[in-house]
Amino acid sequence: MNRITKFIVLDILKNKIVLVYTLILSILSWSVFSLEDNATKGLLTLLNVILLTVPLVSVIFSTIYLYNSSEFIELLLSQPVKRARIWRSLFFGLSSSLLLSFLIGVGIPILVFAPSDVSMMMLLVGMFITTIFVAIAFLSSIVTRDKAKGIGISILLWLFFALLFDGIILFLLFQFSEYPIEKMMVGITALNPIDLARILILLHLDVSAMMGYTGAIFKDFFGTTVGEVVVFAILLLWIIVPFWTSLIKFKRKDL
Amino acid sequence: MKQFLHILVLCSFLNKIEGKQLLVGPGKHYASIKTAISESVANDSVIVSGGIYKEGNIIVDKSIFLIGKDFPILDGQYKFEILSIKASYVVVRGFRIRHSGYATLNDPCGIKVYDSHHVSISNNYLEDNFFGIYLQFCKKCIVKNNQLSSHGTEEQRIGNGIHCWKSDSLQITGNVVSGHRDGIYFEFVTNSVIWRNISFNNVRYGLHFMFSNNDSYISNVFKGNGAGVAVMFTHKVKMINNTFSENWGDAAYGLMLKEISDSYIIGNNFSKNTTGIFMEGTSRIKVESNKFDANGWGMKIQASCMDNEIVRNNFVGNTFDISTNGSLVLNTFNSNYWDKYEGYDLNRDNVGDVPYHPLSIFSVIVELNPPAMLLFRSFMVSLLDKSEKIIPSLTPDNFIDNTPLMHSLKL
Repeated sequence: MNRITKFIVLDILKNKIVLVYTLILSILSWSVFSLEDNATKGLLTLLNVILLTVPLVSVIFSTIYLYNSSEFIELLLSQPVKRARIWRSLFFGLSSSLLLSFLIGVGIPILVFAPSDVSMMMLLVGMFITTIFVAIAFLSSIVTRDKAKGIGISILLWLFFALLFDGIILFLLFQFSEYPIEKMMVGITALNPIDLARILILLHLDVSAMMGYTGAIFKDFFGTTVGEVVVFAILLLWIIVPFWTSLIKFKRKDL
Repeated sequence: MKQFLHILVLCSFLNKIEGKQLLVGPGKHYASIKTAISESVANDSVIVSGGIYKEGNIIVDKSIFLIGKDFPILDGQYKFEILSIKASYVVVRGFRIRHSGYATLNDPCGIKVYDSHHVSISNNYLEDNFFGIYLQFCKKCIVKNNQLSSHGTEEQRIGNGIHCWKSDSLQITGNVVSGHRDGIYFEFVTNSVIWRNISFNNVRYGLHFMFSNNDSYISNVFKGNGAGVAVMFTHKVKMINNTFSENWGDAAYGLMLKEISDSYIIGNNFSKNTTGIFMEGTSRIKVESNKFDANGWGMKIQASCMDNEIVRNNFVGNTFDISTNGSLVLNTFNSNYWDKYEGYDLNRDNVGDVPYHPLSIFSVIVELNPPAMLLFRSFMVSLLDKSEKIIPSLTPDNFIDNTPLMHSLKL
């Protein structure tokens, strides 16, 4: 597995797109912190980057990479290597190279300009988001053989998690505003990794507002150590479940 | 010769004012404070040396000086009101007063002053009492540099720190109050000043203020109280240079104003509260040169407020700067610094050229539907906010700062 992973990481690093991604992330982060006079506003801008750009790039790049390396995969399969091992190596290679570029692009400026528990949380959450969307890309690329369809599915999933889901939640909130739905809402957010990530950061960033009545309900759940552990466990599930499903499909797939 | 005579006359007066000294304590002339007081006359000094005195209820009914040396402890054994002052011109200084009784009918206190004037209570420690210092029907009294602490957990099981009722011309200065129901309580108190006190970790309010006109409170610190500070049903109050911080909870406000008029809120610092200022039914208030920093809501101004002026304040790092519950706006917001302002200043006069709408649509949505807070800072909400800033539809369009500042004020 190590050798395949190494090969993939080297291949991706040779690929210009990841270098450009790293460069763009770092230019964004450095400029955000040097333009804003207070670090909190810089963090807020970066929050949007983490919640929008990072998942988009992760999911699309991984999908395209998987489709492009289909011949390489076929070649590997002709060797005496287990299918699961190949698929896992691909996953580790892709996610580790994207994580590396995220850490270089966003991690260094954050640690230089705003080292605090909020920024540590943002880094951690950003790493989870990267890996989750790589896993989602694996799932969407295994579902169909058609490259255009696969990329389409990836983009739609990103759109759903980043935008549409919140719209649906807002709609539900107003439809059921007569009912005590706060606790149910906490459950529903578990269905969207981006929302979970956002709330985790929100609880550190807007702690005063979160002490209000409804905020307190969220804080009671997400803000406690148990809640945080649960949230990270759910995020971990968001990595494992899509990847596992894709792995099973890959094992049975007729290539 | 004439001058000498004058001095002589003055000296004879001095002698009279001084009175005699009655010493209380182990090995002193008097063993108990009560007997010393009963044998004293006006202007005498009862000087109590260190030790523990469990004498039940001590009543001071003469104009004497009651002075503690090395902080003697007056212990109420959780049964009695410890010190009852029923005369004017009394001075109480230097005691450690603890363990008063608990009763809801007659409110036993550490020190209670009944219908008197010119009483001074200073430099005492009051620990674990039901009520700390209680003034009723008093005039021109001074409560200064006392430290009051108690361990209240429930509102109904604990009394107030400094409780003033139906009084006039009081000076409450330099006290430190914690763990009581309300740190400082004012009801029907007029022409008084509350200065340089620290009130923290009280069960309910740091300062509770009702029907008390023409008062001012200056340079106090109110921190971490259950419900912050409440000022209600009052006019002509001056609130200057106070710090309101870390009052957290849905019903906790840095400063809650209800039915207030003709008052000033100047130079205060509101930081890390769930809500900095909550206004309801207030009118003709000037809010100037205050700092709103890292609050959940900087100000919540209900539609029932009118003719308030909010000028030259700094709003920095608040989740929401302003929120309201209706569309009626009868207040003015001018020349404030808003860190969320994104306009430009072409002529470089430090005043933004584009008016600022401090009310974000999301704060209106959250006001209508509190669980929506869950969506805060999501991309869709930022999108809504941006479009609402350009074309106000849900938020009242006259909720506006016409001259927003480009740089924060040095406050």
